[in-house]
Amino acid sequence: MLSSPYIAEKTSVSIIMLKVLAALVPGIVVYVLLFGPAILITLTIASVTALLLETIAVRLRGWPAKPFLMDGSAMVTAWLLALSLPPIAPWWLIVVGTFFAIVVAKHLYGGLGNNLFNPAMVGYAVLIISFPVQMTQWSAPLSLAGAHLSLLDAAHYIFTGILPDGLTLDAISSATPLDTLRTQLQLEHTVREITHLPIFGSIGGTGSEAVVLMFLLGGLYLWLARIITWHIPLAFMAGLWITGGLFHISDPDRYISPWFHLATGGAMLGAFFIATDPVSGATTPRGKLIFGAGIGMLTYLIRTLGGYPDGVAFAVLLMNITVPLIDAYTQPKVYGHKQKEPAE
Amino acid sequence: MTRQLYEFNGGVHPEQHKHASTSRPIGIAPLPRLLIVPLRQHIGQPAKPIVAVGEQVLKGQMIGHADGYVSVAVHAPTSGTVTEIASHVVAHPSGLSDLCITITPDGADRWIEHNALDYRNMDPSHLRNLLRELGIAGLGGAVFPSFIKLNPGTTQKVPTLILNGGECEPWITCDDMLMRERAAEILAGAAIMRHMLDSDEVLVGIEDNKPEAIAAMQAAASQCDFAVEVVAVPTLYPGGGAKQLIKTLTDKEVPSGGRSTDIGVATFNIGTAYSLHRAVNHGEPLISRIVTVTGNVHRPQNFEVLIGTPLTELVRLTGATRDDTSGYVMGGPMMGFDLTSTDVPMVKATNCILVKSPALFPPAPPAMPCIRCGRCAQACPADLQPQELYWFARAKNFGKTQEYNLFDCIECGCCSYVCPSHIPLVQYYRYAKSEIWAKEKDKKAADLARDRHEFRQHRIEREQQERAAKLALKASAKLAEATADSPDAADEKKAAIQAAIARAKEKKADAAPRNVENLPPEKLQEIADIEARRAKIRAMAQDSVEK
Repeated sequence: MLSSPYIAEKTSVSIIMLKVLAALVPGIVVYVLLFGPAILITLTIASVTALLLETIAVRLRGWPAKPFLMDGSAMVTAWLLALSLPPIAPWWLIVVGTFFAIVVAKHLYGGLGNNLFNPAMVGYAVLIISFPVQMTQWSAPLSLAGAHLSLLDAAHYIFTGILPDGLTLDAISSATPLDTLRTQLQLEHTVREITHLPIFGSIGGTGSEAVVLMFLLGGLYLWLARIITWHIPLAFMAGLWITGGLFHISDPDRYISPWFHLATGGAMLGAFFIATDPVSGATTPRGKLIFGAGIGMLTYLIRTLGGYPDGVAFAVLLMNITVPLIDAYTQPKVYGHKQKEPAE
Repeated sequence: MTRQLYEFNGGVHPEQHKHASTSRPIGIAPLPRLLIVPLRQHIGQPAKPIVAVGEQVLKGQMIGHADGYVSVAVHAPTSGTVTEIASHVVAHPSGLSDLCITITPDGADRWIEHNALDYRNMDPSHLRNLLRELGIAGLGGAVFPSFIKLNPGTTQKVPTLILNGGECEPWITCDDMLMRERAAEILAGAAIMRHMLDSDEVLVGIEDNKPEAIAAMQAAASQCDFAVEVVAVPTLYPGGGAKQLIKTLTDKEVPSGGRSTDIGVATFNIGTAYSLHRAVNHGEPLISRIVTVTGNVHRPQNFEVLIGTPLTELVRLTGATRDDTSGYVMGGPMMGFDLTSTDVPMVKATNCILVKSPALFPPAPPAMPCIRCGRCAQACPADLQPQELYWFARAKNFGKTQEYNLFDCIECGCCSYVCPSHIPLVQYYRYAKSEIWAKEKDKKAADLARDRHEFRQHRIEREQQERAAKLALKASAKLAEATADSPDAADEKKAAIQAAIARAKEKKADAAPRNVENLPPEKLQEIADIEARRAKIRAMAQDSVEK
């Protein structure tokens, strides 16, 4: 070492990324229990693709492969993308999404630490724009599904698109609560009527609300482990909840309770795992609040007024654009600069 | 009564390793074979040698005279013969050499005549001058001449006097042991400071990982004839940094670029207070200090060490060198620097010699890209955004680094310590600072050269005009013999000179750089050091090119 400090905390990018992955595990376990094992295959395809593409990209850059593959960032991207996709999506959809996340969003922008946009959300955005049909075929909760897919059946379906004999897609898939809400509202049903449908649970969606809760717990772990600060998740939730609350108060028949918005879709995954991506997010304390609140607000507006079922991805990408500006204008006061300048 | 404490941003909790060197009392280091006394041990101008080779000197005899305002004297640490006055490698981050006086001890350790000073009945400025001649400088690390800090200035008063016993760096325990063993003497020094600064309150800030020192200081404080508040502050690096300790104890912040006296606070290291006591109450100049020798040694311990003791002779006192010793650091592991030679002498700034081994201080893993996680910003005690500074320094966007207050960085190392990408952040900031200083110095030189050039141009022009005027005058004189000497010409000349000077001044004022103006002397010193380092590197590069 050239000069002081000669000591360092035992930490590394790999450790941080491993903790992020660990924090996702409870959510994944509950996901498997309530929606079947298909998500495991999606996660595997995304991970293998991401590591493969990362290896190629790092090689092409002439970087040492080991530290950059071990840093775990590609795995985190892969998992976040996989968890945003329908678990029974075809394999090529996952591969295309991962390609855009790792190669286009991350490495074409300079690799780890240099990407302006959240890679997983870029992958998701490309897919939802290009393949809207495949992106809306979600697994039905096991409690509501007509049939269950085993791990092998799921793998078979994901790779070939062929279901076991006698099974139809309708038996295993369903629209998400957010999708259902949108279509039912277009049919002039009121929120009260819609939420009586079986896909709606006590706060969010049947089954999915438990997964969301696990992501919330995983996120709290990240906060306690000091991987993330409270600013972005709290501002995200506040932005979503307050905006949703205002709409809800104005017309409860048309606008569902803001709690539903927190408990459904990518809200918790977004708040704790996606919006907190440090590379593409704001870094100053005040900046993080603005950044998080912006994502929360935009998520609600896109969900409610926009054309896509969930708004987290676009909200994150839109706020990514504003990060340099936010950071530049929210610099904290430096020691010795805090006193008010003496009045002239 | 417990004092309300305040928090500074960030800080880190590195492993302490303090117990290693606190199990043994302060040892008195025996006389070394040689004493190599550098003339530049303090911030400011080096002292001027006032002895000659071959001269006999007594212990405590002045051998280097303070030169310039920001300077203090240097003394013979023992009696003996001056055997050399030459450049010798000294403790410096870049392993520079500097002028040193080498003394071969005669073993008698014979003192020069010295007497206590009647400081209460002395003209303050005379007292300060005596302290300058006794070589008193801050022992906390900056080695700023104490007589300057003990000048209360125009207000004639510094209300709050803080003794800094924080000692937040891991491994170092010299202040801890001094407080445990010589608490009353430290407070005797504080009494002198209190008198000189006319302070209303005296605080002693000690990190709460030093309960024995706190107890000893409290016991001594209860015997004092003035109020001393010994305050246990949370153990949090760099809580012992002057700015951080002031914040913790008073909630005040030293204004950027200013001094603590601007907010009515003076801080001194407890070791400085002890030396001040020895100087004033015994008439002894600063010729020794407590040094922690720890790390990869058999018997870590604190020693009272004569200034000028070579590193090897000191380290030997802790037992034989271990085979896996990989280097020596002066200072602690957070802010210290590598010593390039085992011959370097101990100086007034040497608080600790940390012996390194790869096992104790493993090399950092290769740096990864910054992922902007912001841990550095959370850890920064100066409230900076190190990740932004890093980005700008790396891109050599030095203007931006200044905009983001690079010069408020105290180089404590917290950011590097917490960085999960293992980026040597502090090195980037040191680099950016030195580049900025170098650029501004170059700019200053260029400005001066331009001014001179313009002045010369103007002078030539003026001389031509004068010559022409003279010729014309002569011609007219010839024409009209009766014409008297005209005073107008002289006036015109004067006016032209004045105008030129004014123009030059205006240009200079316009182009004056911000950072090298009004710098405190320690910064100027630092700049000079960096310049020297750069010159050395350039010379080395030249050598290698020629080879």
